[in-house]
Amino acid sequence: MNSQATTPSRPADTISTDLERRVVALNYHYAQCLDDGRLKEWPDFFTDDCRYLIHSRENLDCGLEGYWLYFENKPMLRDRVVSLTDVNIFHIHHERRFVTNVLVTGRDGDVWLARSNYMMMHTNNEGRSKIFSIGEYRDRIVDEGGVLRFRERLVVVDTFTVESHISNPI
Amino acid sequence: MSAVLNNPDTTALVWPRADFTQVPFGVHVDPKLFELEQDRIFHGRTWNYLGLESEVPNPGDFVTNYVGITSVVLSRAEDGKLHAFVNRCAHRGAAVVREKRGNSASHTCIYHQWSYDLAGNLLGVPYRRGINGNGGYPADFKTDAHGLEKLRVESYRGVVFGTFAHDMESLVDYMGEPVRQRFDELCSRPIKVVGYQRQLIRGNWKLYVENLKDCYHGALLHGFNSKFGMFRTSQRGSTVMAQNGLHCVLTTYGVKDEKMGNTYAKVETFKSQFQLEAPEVVKHFEEHADGMVSTVLSMFPTFVLAQISNHLGFRQCIPKSVDEFELVWINFEYADDTPEAVHARRMQGNLLGPGGYLSMEDAEALEIAHAAIQGEMGRGHAFIEMGGREFGDQTHLVTEVPIRAFWKGYCDLMGFEVKDA
Repeated sequence: MNSQATTPSRPADTISTDLERRVVALNYHYAQCLDDGRLKEWPDFFTDDCRYLIHSRENLDCGLEGYWLYFENKPMLRDRVVSLTDVNIFHIHHERRFVTNVLVTGRDGDVWLARSNYMMMHTNNEGRSKIFSIGEYRDRIVDEGGVLRFRERLVVVDTFTVESHISNPI
Repeated sequence: MSAVLNNPDTTALVWPRADFTQVPFGVHVDPKLFELEQDRIFHGRTWNYLGLESEVPNPGDFVTNYVGITSVVLSRAEDGKLHAFVNRCAHRGAAVVREKRGNSASHTCIYHQWSYDLAGNLLGVPYRRGINGNGGYPADFKTDAHGLEKLRVESYRGVVFGTFAHDMESLVDYMGEPVRQRFDELCSRPIKVVGYQRQLIRGNWKLYVENLKDCYHGALLHGFNSKFGMFRTSQRGSTVMAQNGLHCVLTTYGVKDEKMGNTYAKVETFKSQFQLEAPEVVKHFEEHADGMVSTVLSMFPTFVLAQISNHLGFRQCIPKSVDEFELVWINFEYADDTPEAVHARRMQGNLLGPGGYLSMEDAEALEIAHAAIQGEMGRGHAFIEMGGREFGDQTHLVTEVPIRAFWKGYCDLMGFEVKDA
Protein backbone atom coordinates (compact mmCIF):
# COMPACT_ATOMS: atom_id res chain seq x y z
CA MET A 1 0.00 0.00 0.00
CA ASN A 2 1.37 3.37 -0.98
CA SER A 3 2.20 5.25 2.21
CA GLN A 4 1.53 8.44 0.30
CA ALA A 5 -2.06 7.31 -0.45
CA THR A 6 -4.43 10.17 -0.01
CA THR A 7 -6.74 10.08 2.97
CA PRO A 8 -10.30 11.24 2.42
CA SER A 9 -10.15 15.03 2.30
CA ARG A 10 -11.05 16.90 5.42
CA PRO A 11 -10.96 20.57 6.20
CA ALA A 12 -7.96 20.08 8.44
CA ASP A 13 -7.50 23.78 8.98
CA THR A 14 -10.96 24.30 10.46
CA ILE A 15 -11.28 21.18 12.60
CA SER A 16 -9.40 21.65 15.81
CA THR A 17 -8.40 18.86 18.13
CA ASP A 18 -10.52 20.63 20.71
CA LEU A 19 -13.61 20.18 18.54
CA GLU A 20 -12.80 16.57 17.90
CA ARG A 21 -12.34 16.01 21.62
CA ARG A 22 -15.73 17.64 22.28
CA VAL A 23 -17.45 15.46 19.67
CA VAL A 24 -15.91 12.35 21.22
CA ALA A 25 -17.12 13.52 24.63
CA LEU A 26 -20.62 14.16 23.21
CA ASN A 27 -20.71 10.58 21.99
CA TYR A 28 -19.50 9.21 25.30
CA HIS A 29 -22.03 11.24 27.29
CA TYR A 30 -24.84 10.11 24.96
CA ALA A 31 -23.86 6.47 25.33
CA GLN A 32 -23.44 6.68 29.08
CA CYS A 33 -26.77 8.46 29.51
CA LEU A 34 -28.60 5.66 27.74
CA ASP A 35 -26.50 2.87 29.31
CA ASP A 36 -27.32 4.30 32.74
CA GLY A 37 -31.03 4.21 31.89
CA ARG A 38 -31.35 7.99 32.13
CA LEU A 39 -33.75 7.94 29.20
CA LYS A 40 -35.40 11.22 30.22
CA GLU A 41 -32.15 13.04 29.46
CA TRP A 42 -31.87 11.60 25.94
CA PRO A 43 -33.82 14.41 24.22
CA ASP A 44 -31.43 16.99 25.75
CA PHE A 45 -28.74 15.82 23.35
CA PHE A 46 -30.80 17.16 20.45
CA THR A 47 -31.80 20.57 19.15
CA ASP A 48 -35.47 21.56 19.06
CA ASP A 49 -35.57 21.17 15.28
CA CYS A 50 -33.89 17.81 15.43
CA ARG A 51 -34.26 14.57 13.52
CA TYR A 52 -33.47 11.14 14.90
CA LEU A 53 -33.56 8.40 12.31
CA ILE A 54 -32.86 4.70 12.47
CA HIS A 55 -32.10 3.41 8.98
CA SER A 56 -31.12 -0.07 7.92
CA ARG A 57 -28.05 -0.48 5.76
CA GLU A 58 -30.16 -2.60 3.44
CA ASN A 59 -32.57 0.27 2.81
CA LEU A 60 -29.73 2.77 2.50
CA ASP A 61 -27.99 0.61 -0.11
CA CYS A 62 -31.24 0.14 -2.02
CA GLY A 63 -31.90 3.89 -1.99
CA LEU A 64 -35.13 3.43 -0.03
CA GLU A 65 -36.35 6.04 2.43
CA GLY A 66 -38.34 3.81 4.76
CA TYR A 67 -36.69 4.59 8.08
CA TRP A 68 -37.25 2.16 10.90
CA LEU A 69 -37.81 4.98 13.36
CA TYR A 70 -38.37 8.51 12.14
CA PHE A 71 -38.58 11.30 14.67
CA GLU A 72 -38.58 14.74 13.11
CA ASN A 73 -38.83 16.98 16.17
CA LYS A 74 -38.03 16.97 19.85
CA PRO A 75 -41.59 16.30 21.06
CA MET A 76 -41.43 12.99 19.20
CA LEU A 77 -38.31 12.12 21.16
CA ARG A 78 -40.05 12.92 24.42
CA ASP A 79 -43.03 10.82 23.40
CA ARG A 80 -40.70 7.90 22.78
CA VAL A 81 -39.26 8.32 26.27
CA VAL A 82 -42.65 8.38 27.93
CA SER A 83 -43.92 5.41 25.95
CA LEU A 84 -40.86 3.32 26.76
CA THR A 85 -41.02 4.30 30.40
CA ASP A 86 -44.73 3.93 31.04
CA VAL A 87 -46.48 2.07 28.24
CA ASN A 88 -44.44 -0.31 26.12
CA ILE A 89 -43.40 -3.75 27.26
CA PHE A 90 -40.13 -5.14 26.00
CA HIS A 91 -37.36 -7.55 26.81
CA ILE A 92 -35.81 -7.07 30.23
CA HIS A 93 -32.18 -6.27 29.61
CA HIS A 94 -29.27 -3.97 30.32
CA GLU A 95 -27.52 -2.09 27.55
CA ARG A 96 -23.96 -1.04 26.95
CA ARG A 97 -22.91 1.06 24.01
CA PHE A 98 -19.43 1.30 22.57
CA VAL A 99 -18.65 4.23 20.30
CA THR A 100 -15.39 4.29 18.38
CA ASN A 101 -13.82 5.63 15.20
CA VAL A 102 -15.16 9.08 15.89
CA LEU A 103 -14.28 11.52 13.14
CA VAL A 104 -15.41 15.03 12.33
CA THR A 105 -15.68 14.82 8.57
CA GLY A 106 -16.61 18.32 7.51
CA ARG A 107 -18.73 21.41 7.86
CA ASP A 108 -22.01 22.48 6.30
CA GLY A 109 -22.90 26.04 7.28
CA ASP A 110 -23.15 26.10 11.05
CA VAL A 111 -23.27 22.32 11.21
CA TRP A 112 -20.37 19.99 11.90
CA LEU A 113 -20.59 16.61 10.20
CA ALA A 114 -19.36 13.63 12.16
CA ARG A 115 -19.30 9.87 11.79
CA SER A 116 -18.54 7.13 14.27
CA ASN A 117 -19.03 3.41 14.78
CA TYR A 118 -21.30 1.97 17.43
CA MET A 119 -21.75 -1.40 18.97
CA MET A 120 -24.64 -1.97 21.32
CA MET A 121 -24.75 -4.99 23.56
CA HIS A 122 -27.60 -6.42 25.58
CA THR A 123 -27.32 -8.40 28.80
CA ASN A 124 -30.40 -10.32 29.83
CA ASN A 125 -31.76 -10.91 33.31
CA GLU A 126 -29.68 -14.05 33.60
CA GLY A 127 -26.47 -12.19 32.93
CA ARG A 128 -25.86 -13.36 29.36
CA SER A 129 -24.52 -10.75 27.00
CA LYS A 130 -24.68 -10.59 23.26
CA ILE A 131 -24.17 -8.06 20.50
CA PHE A 132 -27.54 -6.50 19.83
CA SER A 133 -26.65 -4.15 17.00
CA ILE A 134 -23.70 -2.64 15.18
CA GLY A 135 -23.51 0.18 12.70
CA GLU A 136 -22.57 3.81 12.42
CA TYR A 137 -23.78 7.22 13.44
CA ARG A 138 -23.92 9.97 10.83
CA ASP A 139 -24.35 13.19 12.73
CA ARG A 140 -25.07 16.85 12.09
CA ILE A 141 -23.90 18.67 15.17
CA VAL A 142 -24.33 22.32 16.18
CA ASP A 143 -22.83 24.36 18.97
CA GLU A 144 -25.61 25.94 21.05
CA GLY A 145 -23.92 28.41 23.32
CA GLY A 146 -21.01 26.14 24.07
CA VAL A 147 -23.03 22.94 24.22
CA LEU A 148 -22.83 20.51 21.31
CA ARG A 149 -26.15 18.98 20.30
CA PHE A 150 -27.37 16.80 17.44
CA ARG A 151 -29.45 18.56 14.88
CA GLU A 152 -29.64 15.17 13.22
CA ARG A 153 -28.50 11.76 14.31
CA LEU A 154 -28.88 9.16 11.57
CA VAL A 155 -28.21 5.68 12.89
CA VAL A 156 -27.25 3.35 10.05
CA VAL A 157 -27.81 -0.17 11.30
CA ASP A 158 -25.52 -2.82 9.79
CA THR A 159 -27.42 -5.46 11.78
CA PHE A 160 -30.48 -5.17 9.57
CA THR A 161 -31.93 -8.35 10.94
CA VAL A 162 -32.72 -7.15 14.44
CA GLU A 163 -32.31 -9.46 17.39
CA SER A 164 -35.96 -9.63 18.37
CA HIS A 165 -37.01 -6.00 18.69
CA ILE A 166 -35.80 -2.45 19.26
CA SER A 167 -36.90 -0.64 22.37
CA ASN A 168 -34.49 2.01 23.64
CA PRO A 169 -32.75 4.41 21.28
CA ILE A 170 -29.51 3.29 19.70
CA MET B 1 -57.48 -41.88 27.05
CA SER B 2 -56.38 -39.35 24.43
CA ALA B 3 -56.30 -39.46 20.68
CA VAL B 4 -52.89 -40.08 19.24
CA LEU B 5 -51.55 -38.65 16.03
CA ASN B 6 -52.06 -41.25 13.37
CA ASN B 7 -48.65 -40.90 11.85
CA PRO B 8 -45.56 -42.96 12.65
CA ASP B 9 -43.14 -40.32 11.37
CA THR B 10 -43.71 -37.86 14.16
CA THR B 11 -43.04 -38.17 17.80
CA ALA B 12 -46.23 -38.90 19.71
CA LEU B 13 -47.99 -35.56 19.51
CA VAL B 14 -51.25 -35.92 21.32
CA TRP B 15 -54.21 -33.75 20.29
CA PRO B 16 -56.62 -34.18 23.18
CA ARG B 17 -59.61 -32.52 21.53
CA ALA B 18 -60.98 -32.57 18.01
CA ASP B 19 -62.29 -29.02 18.48
CA PHE B 20 -58.69 -27.81 18.86
CA THR B 21 -59.35 -26.11 22.17
CA GLN B 22 -56.24 -27.93 23.39
CA VAL B 23 -53.27 -27.61 21.05
CA PRO B 24 -50.21 -29.62 22.15
CA PHE B 25 -47.23 -27.40 22.88
CA GLY B 26 -45.07 -29.96 21.11
CA VAL B 27 -46.08 -28.45 17.75
CA HIS B 28 -43.69 -25.59 18.48
CA VAL B 29 -40.65 -27.60 19.57
CA ASP B 30 -40.68 -30.95 17.74
CA PRO B 31 -37.79 -31.01 15.22
CA LYS B 32 -39.26 -33.98 13.33
CA LEU B 33 -42.48 -32.07 12.86
CA PHE B 34 -40.47 -29.12 11.53
CA GLU B 35 -38.94 -31.42 8.90
CA LEU B 36 -42.32 -32.84 8.01
CA GLU B 37 -43.64 -29.29 7.57
CA GLN B 38 -40.93 -28.57 5.00
CA ASP B 39 -42.30 -31.44 2.90
CA ARG B 40 -46.02 -31.18 3.48
CA ILE B 41 -46.41 -27.42 3.71
CA PHE B 42 -43.57 -25.59 1.98
CA HIS B 43 -42.94 -28.21 -0.70
CA GLY B 44 -46.60 -29.16 -0.72
CA ARG B 45 -49.87 -27.75 -1.95
CA THR B 46 -49.36 -24.15 -0.90
CA TRP B 47 -48.55 -20.87 -2.61
CA ASN B 48 -45.56 -19.15 -0.99
CA TYR B 49 -44.58 -15.48 -1.14
CA LEU B 50 -41.56 -14.87 -3.38
CA GLY B 51 -41.50 -11.13 -3.87
CA LEU B 52 -43.06 -8.29 -5.81
CA GLU B 53 -43.22 -7.61 -9.53
CA SER B 54 -41.85 -4.16 -8.71
CA GLU B 55 -38.73 -5.73 -7.14
CA VAL B 56 -37.84 -7.41 -10.45
CA PRO B 57 -39.10 -5.00 -13.10
CA ASN B 58 -36.50 -5.58 -15.84
CA PRO B 59 -35.16 -8.66 -17.66
CA GLY B 60 -32.23 -10.08 -15.71
CA ASP B 61 -33.51 -8.73 -12.39
CA PHE B 62 -33.57 -11.19 -9.53
CA VAL B 63 -34.21 -11.40 -5.82
CA THR B 64 -33.56 -14.32 -3.51
CA ASN B 65 -36.01 -15.50 -0.89
CA TYR B 66 -36.95 -18.64 0.98
CA VAL B 67 -39.80 -21.09 0.69
CA GLY B 68 -39.64 -22.77 4.07
CA ILE B 69 -35.91 -23.18 4.56
CA THR B 70 -35.22 -23.67 0.84
CA SER B 71 -33.37 -20.81 -0.81
CA VAL B 72 -35.04 -19.79 -4.07
CA VAL B 73 -34.42 -17.22 -6.78
CA LEU B 74 -37.16 -15.14 -8.38
CA SER B 75 -35.98 -14.13 -11.82
CA ARG B 76 -37.30 -12.02 -14.70
CA ALA B 77 -36.39 -13.55 -18.06
CA GLU B 78 -35.68 -11.66 -21.31
CA ASP B 79 -39.22 -12.21 -22.52
CA GLY B 80 -40.58 -10.60 -19.34
CA LYS B 81 -41.81 -13.84 -17.83
CA LEU B 82 -41.15 -14.56 -14.17
CA HIS B 83 -39.41 -17.76 -13.10
CA ALA B 84 -38.40 -19.20 -9.76
CA PHE B 85 -35.94 -21.96 -9.05
CA VAL B 86 -34.13 -23.54 -6.14
CA ASN B 87 -30.84 -21.87 -5.41
CA ARG B 88 -28.67 -25.00 -5.36
CA CYS B 89 -26.27 -25.97 -8.12
CA ALA B 90 -27.12 -29.25 -9.83
CA HIS B 91 -23.41 -30.13 -9.74
CA ARG B 92 -22.31 -30.40 -6.14
CA GLY B 93 -24.84 -28.31 -4.29
CA ALA B 94 -23.40 -24.81 -3.94
CA ALA B 95 -25.73 -21.82 -3.77
CA VAL B 96 -25.64 -20.38 -7.26
CA VAL B 97 -26.86 -16.86 -6.53
CA ARG B 98 -25.07 -15.28 -3.59
CA GLU B 99 -26.39 -11.74 -3.80
CA LYS B 100 -29.69 -10.81 -2.24
CA ARG B 101 -30.84 -8.89 -5.31
CA GLY B 102 -29.44 -7.64 -8.58
CA ASN B 103 -29.40 -7.99 -12.33
CA SER B 104 -27.54 -10.55 -14.38
CA ALA B 105 -27.75 -11.98 -17.91
CA SER B 106 -27.26 -15.47 -16.50
CA HIS B 107 -26.45 -17.15 -13.20
CA THR B 108 -23.10 -18.86 -12.83
CA CYS B 109 -21.96 -20.94 -9.91
CA ILE B 110 -18.61 -19.71 -8.59
CA TYR B 111 -17.31 -23.17 -7.80
CA HIS B 112 -17.04 -24.78 -11.28
CA GLN B 113 -18.71 -22.12 -13.44
CA TRP B 114 -21.85 -24.09 -14.24
CA SER B 115 -23.97 -21.50 -15.98
CA TYR B 116 -27.77 -21.26 -15.88
CA ASP B 117 -30.20 -19.10 -17.81
CA LEU B 118 -32.80 -16.84 -16.25
CA ALA B 119 -35.30 -19.70 -16.02
CA GLY B 120 -32.84 -21.96 -14.22
CA ASN B 121 -31.97 -24.16 -17.22
CA LEU B 122 -28.35 -25.27 -17.51
CA LEU B 123 -26.63 -23.44 -20.38
CA GLY B 124 -23.23 -25.03 -20.21
CA VAL B 125 -20.37 -26.39 -18.15
CA PRO B 126 -16.59 -26.08 -18.55
CA TYR B 127 -14.56 -29.03 -19.93
CA ARG B 128 -17.62 -30.93 -21.06
CA ARG B 129 -15.45 -32.63 -23.69
CA GLY B 130 -12.27 -32.54 -21.62
CA ILE B 131 -8.97 -30.92 -22.57
CA ASN B 132 -6.66 -32.45 -25.14
CA GLY B 133 -8.41 -35.76 -24.91
CA ASN B 134 -8.28 -35.88 -21.10
CA GLY B 135 -11.28 -35.82 -18.78
CA GLY B 136 -14.67 -34.42 -19.66
CA TYR B 137 -18.09 -35.87 -19.15
CA PRO B 138 -19.27 -39.21 -20.53
CA ALA B 139 -20.99 -39.01 -23.93
CA ASP B 140 -24.41 -39.32 -22.35
CA PHE B 141 -24.14 -36.01 -20.50
CA LYS B 142 -27.19 -33.85 -21.29
CA THR B 143 -27.47 -30.25 -20.13
CA ASP B 144 -31.25 -30.38 -19.92
CA ALA B 145 -31.02 -33.13 -17.30
CA HIS B 146 -29.21 -30.77 -14.94
CA GLY B 147 -31.36 -27.67 -14.60
CA LEU B 148 -32.26 -26.14 -11.28
CA GLU B 149 -35.46 -27.36 -9.66
CA LYS B 150 -38.29 -25.08 -10.69
CA LEU B 151 -41.29 -23.65 -8.92
CA ARG B 152 -44.50 -22.67 -10.61
CA VAL B 153 -44.96 -18.92 -10.37
CA GLU B 154 -48.11 -16.80 -10.36
CA SER B 155 -48.72 -13.25 -9.34
CA TYR B 156 -51.76 -11.25 -8.37
CA ARG B 157 -51.90 -7.47 -8.11
CA GLY B 158 -48.13 -7.36 -8.38
CA VAL B 159 -47.48 -9.83 -5.55
CA VAL B 160 -45.61 -12.96 -6.66
CA PHE B 161 -46.04 -16.45 -5.22
CA GLY B 162 -44.48 -19.81 -6.01
CA THR B 163 -45.30 -23.45 -5.43
CA PHE B 164 -43.50 -26.77 -5.75
CA ALA B 165 -46.86 -28.42 -6.45
CA HIS B 166 -47.06 -27.84 -10.17
CA ASP B 167 -50.57 -29.26 -10.49
CA MET B 168 -52.22 -27.48 -7.61
CA GLU B 169 -55.10 -25.01 -7.87
CA SER B 170 -54.37 -21.52 -9.13
CA LEU B 171 -53.18 -18.78 -6.81
CA VAL B 172 -56.52 -17.01 -6.98
CA ASP B 173 -58.43 -20.20 -6.18
CA TYR B 174 -56.03 -20.88 -3.31
CA MET B 175 -56.63 -17.41 -1.90
CA GLY B 176 -60.38 -17.69 -1.80
CA GLU B 177 -62.77 -14.82 -2.26
CA PRO B 178 -62.23 -12.94 1.06
CA VAL B 179 -58.47 -12.87 0.55
CA ARG B 180 -58.70 -11.91 -3.11
CA GLN B 181 -61.06 -9.05 -2.27
CA ARG B 182 -58.64 -7.62 0.24
CA PHE B 183 -55.84 -7.77 -2.33
CA ASP B 184 -58.11 -5.88 -4.71
CA GLU B 185 -58.88 -3.24 -2.08
CA LEU B 186 -55.29 -2.65 -1.01
CA CYS B 187 -53.18 -3.49 -4.05
CA SER B 188 -55.09 -2.18 -7.05
CA ARG B 189 -53.21 1.12 -7.13
CA PRO B 190 -49.57 0.76 -8.19
CA ILE B 191 -47.43 0.40 -5.10
CA LYS B 192 -43.97 1.62 -4.22
CA VAL B 193 -41.83 -0.21 -1.67
CA VAL B 194 -40.48 2.24 0.89
CA GLY B 195 -38.31 -0.14 2.86
CA TYR B 196 -37.65 -3.50 4.46
CA GLN B 197 -37.47 -4.38 8.13
CA ARG B 198 -36.26 -7.69 9.51
CA GLN B 199 -36.40 -9.33 12.91
CA LEU B 200 -34.96 -12.61 14.10
CA ILE B 201 -37.40 -14.04 16.61
CA ARG B 202 -36.42 -16.97 18.77
CA GLY B 203 -39.54 -19.05 18.55
CA ASN B 204 -41.41 -21.39 16.25
CA TRP B 205 -42.93 -19.73 13.17
CA LYS B 206 -46.38 -20.98 14.06
CA LEU B 207 -46.36 -18.83 17.20
CA TYR B 208 -46.42 -15.85 14.84
CA VAL B 209 -49.19 -17.39 12.74
CA GLU B 210 -51.25 -17.68 15.94
CA ASN B 211 -50.47 -14.06 16.78
CA LEU B 212 -51.79 -12.91 13.38
CA LYS B 213 -55.09 -14.65 14.01
CA ASP B 214 -55.30 -13.50 17.62
CA CYS B 215 -58.10 -10.96 17.61
CA TYR B 216 -57.94 -9.71 21.13
CA HIS B 217 -54.33 -9.40 22.26
CA GLY B 218 -54.06 -6.01 20.55
CA ALA B 219 -55.63 -4.00 23.34
CA LEU B 220 -54.04 -6.05 26.11
CA LEU B 221 -50.43 -6.66 25.08
CA HIS B 222 -49.88 -3.47 23.10
CA GLY B 223 -50.48 -0.82 25.74
CA PHE B 224 -50.02 1.98 23.20
CA ASN B 225 -53.26 0.86 21.52
CA SER B 226 -55.69 1.18 24.35
CA LYS B 227 -54.54 4.63 25.34
CA PHE B 228 -55.08 6.23 21.96
CA GLY B 229 -58.22 4.54 20.82
CA MET B 230 -56.45 2.98 17.89
CA PHE B 231 -57.77 -0.36 18.89
CA ARG B 232 -59.97 -1.74 21.60
CA THR B 233 -61.33 -5.25 21.76
CA SER B 234 -64.80 -3.76 22.08
CA GLN B 235 -64.37 -2.12 18.68
CA ARG B 236 -66.46 -3.34 15.79
CA GLY B 237 -64.52 -6.03 13.98
CA SER B 238 -64.76 -9.26 12.10
CA THR B 239 -62.83 -12.24 10.89
CA VAL B 240 -63.44 -14.14 7.72
CA MET B 241 -61.65 -17.42 7.10
CA ALA B 242 -60.78 -19.14 3.87
CA GLN B 243 -59.03 -22.29 2.68
CA ASN B 244 -60.30 -24.43 5.55
CA GLY B 245 -59.28 -21.93 8.24
CA LEU B 246 -55.73 -21.54 6.99
CA HIS B 247 -56.25 -17.99 5.74
CA CYS B 248 -57.89 -15.26 7.79
CA VAL B 249 -58.91 -11.69 7.10
CA LEU B 250 -59.16 -9.80 10.37
CA THR B 251 -60.73 -6.34 10.17
CA THR B 252 -61.42 -3.57 12.64
CA TYR B 253 -63.64 -0.58 12.08
CA GLY B 254 -63.30 2.87 13.53
CA VAL B 255 -65.42 4.17 16.34
CA LYS B 256 -65.10 7.89 16.62
CA ASP B 257 -66.57 8.74 19.96
CA GLU B 258 -66.27 5.63 21.94
CA LYS B 259 -65.89 6.31 25.63
CA MET B 260 -63.01 4.72 27.44
CA GLY B 261 -65.22 3.08 29.97
CA ASN B 262 -65.22 0.45 32.60
CA THR B 263 -64.15 -2.34 30.32
CA TYR B 264 -60.59 -1.30 30.89
CA ALA B 265 -60.78 -0.19 34.49
CA LYS B 266 -58.97 -3.19 35.85
CA VAL B 267 -56.66 -3.90 32.94
CA GLU B 268 -53.08 -3.01 33.74
CA THR B 269 -52.12 -1.93 30.26
CA PHE B 270 -54.57 0.96 30.29
CA LYS B 271 -52.53 4.07 31.07
CA SER B 272 -54.82 7.03 31.60
CA GLN B 273 -52.24 9.76 32.19
CA PHE B 274 -50.33 9.36 28.97
CA GLN B 275 -50.56 12.05 26.32
CA LEU B 276 -48.64 12.31 23.07
CA GLU B 277 -46.89 15.64 22.49
CA ALA B 278 -46.66 14.84 18.80
CA PRO B 279 -49.91 13.17 17.80
CA GLU B 280 -48.93 13.03 14.13
CA VAL B 281 -47.67 9.51 14.87
CA VAL B 282 -51.27 8.34 15.25
CA LYS B 283 -53.10 10.84 13.06
CA HIS B 284 -55.38 8.80 10.83
CA PHE B 285 -56.92 9.81 7.53
CA GLU B 286 -59.92 7.95 6.14
CA GLU B 287 -59.13 5.72 3.22
CA HIS B 288 -61.98 3.28 3.22
CA ALA B 289 -65.62 4.17 2.78
CA ASP B 290 -66.74 1.35 5.06
CA GLY B 291 -64.81 2.84 7.98
CA MET B 292 -62.19 0.10 8.10
CA VAL B 293 -59.26 1.29 10.20
CA SER B 294 -57.11 -1.78 10.09
CA THR B 295 -56.93 -5.17 8.50
CA VAL B 296 -54.54 -8.08 8.86
CA LEU B 297 -54.80 -10.69 6.15
CA SER B 298 -52.80 -13.81 6.91
CA MET B 299 -52.46 -16.25 4.04
CA PHE B 300 -51.07 -19.67 4.79
CA PRO B 301 -48.37 -20.49 5.27
CA THR B 302 -46.44 -17.32 5.98
CA PHE B 303 -47.75 -14.29 4.08
CA VAL B 304 -49.39 -11.16 5.45
CA LEU B 305 -51.01 -8.17 3.83
CA ALA B 306 -51.87 -5.53 6.40
CA GLN B 307 -53.05 -2.01 6.74
CA ILE B 308 -52.83 -0.58 10.24
CA SER B 309 -54.40 2.87 10.19
CA ASN B 310 -52.62 4.29 7.13
CA HIS B 311 -49.54 2.10 7.34
CA LEU B 312 -49.38 -0.39 4.50
CA GLY B 313 -47.22 -3.45 4.26
CA PHE B 314 -46.65 -7.04 3.38
CA ARG B 315 -44.97 -9.36 5.84
CA GLN B 316 -43.32 -12.70 5.40
CA CYS B 317 -42.46 -15.11 8.16
CA ILE B 318 -39.39 -17.19 7.21
CA PRO B 319 -38.80 -20.27 9.38
CA LYS B 320 -35.10 -20.89 9.98
CA SER B 321 -35.31 -23.84 12.38
CA VAL B 322 -37.84 -25.26 14.78
CA ASP B 323 -37.02 -22.47 17.23
CA GLU B 324 -36.19 -19.49 15.06
CA PHE B 325 -37.87 -17.48 12.35
CA GLU B 326 -37.23 -14.25 10.55
CA LEU B 327 -40.06 -11.76 10.28
CA VAL B 328 -39.72 -9.53 7.23
CA TRP B 329 -41.77 -6.37 6.77
CA ILE B 330 -42.09 -5.01 3.24
CA ASN B 331 -43.58 -1.57 3.73
CA PHE B 332 -45.16 0.34 0.87
CA GLU B 333 -46.95 3.47 -0.26
CA TYR B 334 -49.04 4.08 -3.33
CA ALA B 335 -47.16 5.54 -6.26
CA ASP B 336 -49.85 8.22 -6.55
CA ASP B 337 -49.98 9.14 -2.84
CA THR B 338 -50.14 12.87 -2.12
CA PRO B 339 -47.24 14.35 -0.11
CA GLU B 340 -49.60 14.55 2.87
CA ALA B 341 -50.43 10.85 2.60
CA VAL B 342 -46.75 9.98 2.27
CA HIS B 343 -45.95 11.98 5.38
CA ALA B 344 -48.77 10.41 7.37
CA ARG B 345 -47.66 6.90 6.39
CA ARG B 346 -44.07 7.75 7.37
CA MET B 347 -45.13 9.06 10.75
CA GLN B 348 -47.21 5.94 11.33
CA GLY B 349 -44.19 3.85 10.34
CA ASN B 350 -43.11 4.46 13.93
CA LEU B 351 -45.99 2.28 15.05
CA LEU B 352 -44.89 -0.90 13.27
CA GLY B 353 -41.77 -2.92 12.59
CA PRO B 354 -39.10 -4.13 15.00
CA GLY B 355 -39.18 -0.93 17.04
CA GLY B 356 -42.80 -0.02 16.54
CA TYR B 357 -44.94 1.43 19.31
CA LEU B 358 -47.63 -1.12 18.45
CA SER B 359 -45.50 -4.08 17.50
CA MET B 360 -42.45 -4.40 19.72
CA GLU B 361 -44.34 -6.43 22.30
CA ASP B 362 -45.16 -9.23 19.86
CA ALA B 363 -41.54 -10.31 19.59
CA GLU B 364 -41.19 -10.38 23.37
CA ALA B 365 -44.45 -12.29 23.88
CA LEU B 366 -43.50 -14.94 21.33
CA GLU B 367 -40.02 -15.37 22.73
CA ILE B 368 -41.17 -15.81 26.30
CA ALA B 369 -43.83 -18.25 25.08
CA HIS B 370 -41.21 -20.23 23.22
CA ALA B 371 -38.76 -20.20 26.12
CA ALA B 372 -41.30 -21.53 28.58
CA ILE B 373 -42.69 -24.12 26.15
CA GLN B 374 -39.22 -25.31 25.29
CA GLY B 375 -38.28 -25.40 28.96
CA GLU B 376 -41.06 -27.89 29.49
CA MET B 377 -39.89 -29.82 26.40
CA GLY B 378 -43.22 -29.32 24.66
CA ARG B 379 -45.25 -31.11 27.29
CA GLY B 380 -48.83 -30.07 27.89
CA HIS B 381 -51.13 -28.06 25.74
CA ALA B 382 -52.51 -24.59 25.20
CA PHE B 383 -56.00 -23.71 26.38
CA ILE B 384 -57.87 -21.96 23.59
CA GLU B 385 -61.52 -21.26 24.31
CA MET B 386 -61.93 -17.49 24.07
CA GLY B 387 -64.98 -16.98 21.90
CA GLY B 388 -66.24 -20.48 22.54
CA ARG B 389 -65.64 -23.94 21.15
CA GLU B 390 -67.38 -23.66 17.79
CA PHE B 391 -66.00 -22.70 14.41
CA GLY B 392 -67.07 -20.06 11.92
CA ASP B 393 -66.48 -16.48 10.86
CA GLN B 394 -66.63 -14.03 13.76
CA THR B 395 -68.50 -10.74 14.00
CA HIS B 396 -66.48 -9.39 16.89
CA LEU B 397 -62.90 -9.50 18.17
CA VAL B 398 -63.28 -11.09 21.60
CA THR B 399 -62.27 -14.43 20.20
CA GLU B 400 -59.61 -17.05 19.51
CA VAL B 401 -61.78 -18.99 17.06
CA PRO B 402 -59.55 -18.13 14.07
CA ILE B 403 -56.59 -19.65 15.94
CA ARG B 404 -58.42 -22.94 16.41
CA ALA B 405 -59.62 -22.80 12.81
CA PHE B 406 -55.98 -22.50 11.75
CA TRP B 407 -55.00 -25.58 13.75
CA LYS B 408 -57.82 -27.57 12.19
CA GLY B 409 -56.71 -26.55 8.71
CA TYR B 410 -53.09 -27.28 9.64
CA CYS B 411 -53.87 -30.80 10.82
CA ASP B 412 -55.94 -31.49 7.70
CA LEU B 413 -53.15 -30.27 5.43
CA MET B 414 -50.48 -32.20 7.31
CA GLY B 415 -52.60 -35.32 7.04
CA PHE B 416 -52.97 -35.73 10.79
CA GLU B 417 -55.96 -37.60 12.03
CA VAL B 418 -57.39 -36.04 15.15
CA LYS B 419 -60.08 -37.86 17.03
CA ASP B 420 -61.63 -36.81 20.26
CA ALA B 421 -61.12 -39.17 23.15
